[in-house]
Amino acid sequence: MNWSDVWNAMFGGIADYGDILALVSNSVWAGAVLGLVGGLIGVFVMQRDMAFAVHGISELSFAGAAAALLFGFDVVTGSIVGSLIAAGLIGWLGARARERNSIIGVLMPFGLGLGILFLSLYSGRSANRFSLLTGQIVSVQSDQLGWLIGIGAVVLVALLLIWRPLRFDSLDPQAAAARGVPTRWVSFAFMLLLGLIVAVAVHIIGALLVLALVVTPAAAAMRVASGPLSVPLLAAVFGVFSAVGGILLAVAGTLPVSPYITTISFVLYLVCRGIGARRDRATRSDA
Amino acid sequence: MNAASPLEIRGAALRRGGRELWSGLDLTVEPGELIAVLGPSGSGKTTLLRAVLGLDRLSEGRITALGSDVRRAGNRRIGYVPQQRPLPRDTALRGRDLVRLGVDGHRFGFPFPRRGERARVDALVDAVGGRDFADRPVGLLSGGEQQRLRIGQALADEPRLLLCDEPLTSLDLANQQAVVGLIDGHRRDTGAAVLLVTHDINPVLGKVDRILYLAGGRFTLGSPDDVLNSRVLSDLYGAPVFVLRAGDRLVVVGAPDAEASHHHHDEARA
Repeated sequence: MNWSDVWNAMFGGIADYGDILALVSNSVWAGAVLGLVGGLIGVFVMQRDMAFAVHGISELSFAGAAAALLFGFDVVTGSIVGSLIAAGLIGWLGARARERNSIIGVLMPFGLGLGILFLSLYSGRSANRFSLLTGQIVSVQSDQLGWLIGIGAVVLVALLLIWRPLRFDSLDPQAAAARGVPTRWVSFAFMLLLGLIVAVAVHIIGALLVLALVVTPAAAAMRVASGPLSVPLLAAVFGVFSAVGGILLAVAGTLPVSPYITTISFVLYLVCRGIGARRDRATRSDA
Repeated sequence: MNAASPLEIRGAALRRGGRELWSGLDLTVEPGELIAVLGPSGSGKTTLLRAVLGLDRLSEGRITALGSDVRRAGNRRIGYVPQQRPLPRDTALRGRDLVRLGVDGHRFGFPFPRRGERARVDALVDAVGGRDFADRPVGLLSGGEQQRLRIGQALADEPRLLLCDEPLTSLDLANQQAVVGLIDGHRRDTGAAVLLVTHDINPVLGKVDRILYLAGGRFTLGSPDDVLNSRVLSDLYGAPVFVLRAGDRLVVVGAPDAEASHHHHDEARA
């Protein structure tokens, strides 16, 4: 490896950047929608302590997509089916946190193993194989991109519609139930929405890296804000910035999109942690 | 049947794992009455409250709350303060948002605020004396401050019946008195009835009208003087129990109850 190779891999396409951008504009839109919805839903993922569940769902989503690839079905549909099965099982069997974690711990390796089996049996284009695990949005076909954007929009609207009861249930399920929130129904609906957005994320950033857009932006926002509006808004901004920024940087060269997205969202998190820690120190010295 | 009664319980029984916790419980609560529910852990105190809300089921019996049979949860004229879990430090809410959950937390639809809701939340915050800390992140508030706001949340729809589950646990004496003052003030102002589960009777001793004591597979119901004496409690537990008076505080000694130790740490802090 020498530095000019690295330069080429990162910025080799800079001369034709305008043309490239025109080609990938749908990918950028898909990334923006995922960043927005991932940031918003991530706030609830954090409040309900479900980061591990997100990871579990994404592995089964990967298995579903791999199965679709092998048997010649639509890959997006496959990932959604896998996601929804996982989300449904976790929502149905794992009402309590401890049960839930053991169920996810059991499901996850099974899903990942199944997916790897399907991929090794698959004899088609090999570029498709890894992209499900590590993501490559720019290789997703444009009709599928339309689907991903559409699913993201549906999740966004549904999430907003159940926003207040979901927040009540996440914070104090007993009081919520007493005040007439159908807590079971709301929890289950949340799992389905989570499943759908994870399936979208698998195609954009890859099954192994879903957390970078569904947990990290919200975790970063919670470090620096505390309002019911400011936290989700900030999380959404962080998500969009990571996803869109990652894609825009990646298409300048030949490197995959995912490391750019994960790095941006991680750096945002570090910065927010630093700001939060500094503010904590300041309030403590005031007191 | 007395239609004006906020809560009527008839022939209630609760069994757990083949063991009878109590049976034949009849209770008619008068408007404005404050009833303390006492008893060791596992005696079904929380289940009784949750049954009134329609969240749990009794083994037998019928409950009529605010004039209608309790079949399912969701009557917002019944206020409920569940047993407290401290909120995580990074909870994405300010103090007033905790109160606000009582106003709009049950509502589906795009989360746009409605007219007048802000004023309602402000009024509730003021009613529980929370104006000074209502704009701070809820995870950074003290246990007493959180508890006040949770009571504000429970008062959102001017409940005619207020159910509080261990509202005083892990509060210091000043906060215990403040919380008791809020609950007592609400029932005096509005005539709401209150059912309050507690393991320490002392903070509410001057305010309670009646005590429901669940223990030893049975129950006793009556005025504080009728229930809290050595003879009645010894009979209820089937073991020698002593009720000692220290100034204006009562200490129950010898009750076979792991929770009894809590009394001491509360007192040590006071």
